[in-house]
Amino acid sequence: MNRLLIAIALLLGAAAAPAAEAPAAADPVLEQRVARLAAELRCLVCQNQSLADSQADLAIDLKTQVRELVRAGRTDDEIRDYMVARYGDFVLYKPPLKATTLLLWTGPFLILLIAAASLALYLRRRRARLADGGLAPEERARARALLDGDREET
Amino acid sequence: MIPELGHFALIVALLIAVVQAALPLAGAARDNIAWMSVARPAAQAQFLFAAFAFACLAWSFVNNDFSVLNVASNSNSTLPWYYRLAATWGSHEGSLLLWVLMLTGWMCAVSLASRHLPLDMVARILGVMALISIGFLLFMLLTSNPFERLLPPAPDGRDLNPLLQDPGMVIHPPMLYMGYVGFSVAFAFAIAALLGGRLDSTWARWSRPWTTLAWMFLTIGIALGSWWAYYELGWGGWWFWDPVENASFMPWLTGTALMHSLSVTEKRGGFKAWTVLLAIVSFSLSLLGTSLVRSGVLTSVHAFATVPARGVFILGFLVVVVGASLALFAWRAPRVGLGGQFDAVSRESALLANNVLLIVAAASVLLGTLYPLFLDALGLGKISVGPPYFEAVFLPLMAPAVFLMGIGPLAKWKQERLPALAVRLKWAFAIALVTALLLPLTLGEWTPMIAFGLLLALWIVASGIVNLHERASQLSKAGVGPPLRALRRLPRGYYGMLLAHFGVAVFIVGVTLVRGYETEKDVRMLPGGSVEVGGYTFRLDGFESVTGPNYDGTRGLFTVLRGERVVRTMHPEKRLYHVQQMPMTEAAIDTGFTRDLYVSLGEPVDGGAWVVRVYHKPFVDWIWGGAFLMAMGGLLAVTDRRYRLARRAQAAGESGLRAGQAA
Repeated sequence: MNRLLIAIALLLGAAAAPAAEAPAAADPVLEQRVARLAAELRCLVCQNQSLADSQADLAIDLKTQVRELVRAGRTDDEIRDYMVARYGDFVLYKPPLKATTLLLWTGPFLILLIAAASLALYLRRRRARLADGGLAPEERARARALLDGDREET
Repeated sequence: MIPELGHFALIVALLIAVVQAALPLAGAARDNIAWMSVARPAAQAQFLFAAFAFACLAWSFVNNDFSVLNVASNSNSTLPWYYRLAATWGSHEGSLLLWVLMLTGWMCAVSLASRHLPLDMVARILGVMALISIGFLLFMLLTSNPFERLLPPAPDGRDLNPLLQDPGMVIHPPMLYMGYVGFSVAFAFAIAALLGGRLDSTWARWSRPWTTLAWMFLTIGIALGSWWAYYELGWGGWWFWDPVENASFMPWLTGTALMHSLSVTEKRGGFKAWTVLLAIVSFSLSLLGTSLVRSGVLTSVHAFATVPARGVFILGFLVVVVGASLALFAWRAPRVGLGGQFDAVSRESALLANNVLLIVAAASVLLGTLYPLFLDALGLGKISVGPPYFEAVFLPLMAPAVFLMGIGPLAKWKQERLPALAVRLKWAFAIALVTALLLPLTLGEWTPMIAFGLLLALWIVASGIVNLHERASQLSKAGVGPPLRALRRLPRGYYGMLLAHFGVAVFIVGVTLVRGYETEKDVRMLPGGSVEVGGYTFRLDGFESVTGPNYDGTRGLFTVLRGERVVRTMHPEKRLYHVQQMPMTEAAIDTGFTRDLYVSLGEPVDGGAWVVRVYHKPFVDWIWGGAFLMAMGGLLAVTDRRYRLARRAQAAGESGLRAGQAA
């Protein structure tokens, strides 16, 4: 049992030290803010996990940093900026709005607009074609030509 | 010897696939009955050879043949036999073999259940499926042979990733792949219709049960994956908008749109081109999902078994399949008829609007999933697109879709009057609204999001009840008898629709309440200590060590109390797997109808204390329960009488025709 504990502790390395910071009965309002921020920040060494979800050393370290910053009275934006300054935009699960992400953020609305516009256009054309008896313009032209031809023969 | 037999069977399967693609497709084009008749036996033979190859690989895994590279890399002699079996599809190569097995299995099912279909249709469908099969068999044989030998053999294997050593691994991938690959049937139906020029409501009726079946499997597969992540990863989340999750979710969204579009094609002969396009898109997204996961371009929690070099082949294959089918669509679709006229307010319009929302949602998920990859590839920096983005985009799209779910099934085909519809639904809406506003007050804190979520769910339920009531009284007026008896006369397809929609409501309740009311504590605990979460007290009594077949670990002994009363004991574990030296969290979960209690062990800290995570998750199981109900709705719809009747009528017609010819 003890050997195993040591093995796990060694395996997790420095995790043990900062984890001691985990709050036993800390300020719930503060912890809520920390949790909310940690859920938006990416654990940089994990496959795809937020700081809140990860148990990796780095995640625990960063969470401790977030807690200290909150305690020091920094605002959420200041804390996010602090993380971005050190780790880049990659750390944010909610990408910031800037030139390179403009398409990402406006994309869904553009897609919706295009979809709605093409739907409206299609429906209008469809209605027109159905009113004409379901023929495409070229088919109509051909039908008219045939009809006219008939008329000339008779 | 056995692995070589498996390898050989794959080569034979490839040869059969070539024949199955070439002859029936050519036969259908030239009206050659003998060539077309090859399709059915070829499909069945191909399935037998694929199944044999799969059995060979499974045999190698179960019998610890570490002279097979795949087995040596992904299994171990101490692994229990059922995980050795599941390890068959735990690797890249093995999962491809599972893909092919499923594909040939669906093919075989089509060949057996298509007696009522015209021969040229069957020939084209099976021919198209064989083309897909050729691609995957070639991929496997050229780049990812599951039977590759390792000489000299390894003394023991490198073990299956501990994350995958779970009952979820036995069932989640087969279900998910059944769904993914099942869309190949809808795809093949669509391509066959484009090739043959037969695209009418009969075609829709044939294609519909297959699509619904595939959708059902995909729904179950996704739900199982979500549930597995929830209990296995130890952080209590159930959906992370991870690229791999998105990869399975996109075909689900378009597949849902396809099912609804097919209903219009069957009932009203409309939306034909759109239905075909959706079938192509759904299967393409299944392929894209497979290639994203298998090419290793993603950074994700699912990124096991990834080799980028293989991505080139599968991406090329994807381009060929999508390009060819879209080209065919552009060429043939304009000749497809239009179907019946309908007004701006009608069931057709509601379904079309829902379709558009689902497609835009799928496109947005695709955008968010691929955007970081493109940005990175173009050297414009690394970004992360995570839950905050997807939620911000997804909710505004899905809320109107859910609102339409209440209206669509009640609206008349062709033409509906908005005022009349409003009158029919006003009570349903009023009751849903008042209940949604008041209910959160009895549950806890009132927030607009909770009330809104409940409104959506209640709206589905209330409008469903109105719908059922109207249908029953209509039938009853038509002389069937009292309304209760009329209920029994309503078709199963209708009940399937109601049940699936009800499943969506249940799902929404789960998501809303767990988001709104869950409580979580991340604390440091010593034996004897306790923590209170969600009205429950969790007392840590101590630790004991555990020894599993291939791991050692520590087990926390918790007693859960409600006031003074002992509710139960819970035993979360932290395991260290021998071979890969990987620590794993086994959360302890007390599942309940209205809440889950969830305890997981973090790490040991100084002085014998541990970091412990405790969650109280109200209604979380409703999320998977809702998905299960959706799937059951699909199953109910597939067993509808009219599909069986159509089959019987057709069979009778054919035999009558034959008798007539003989006479």
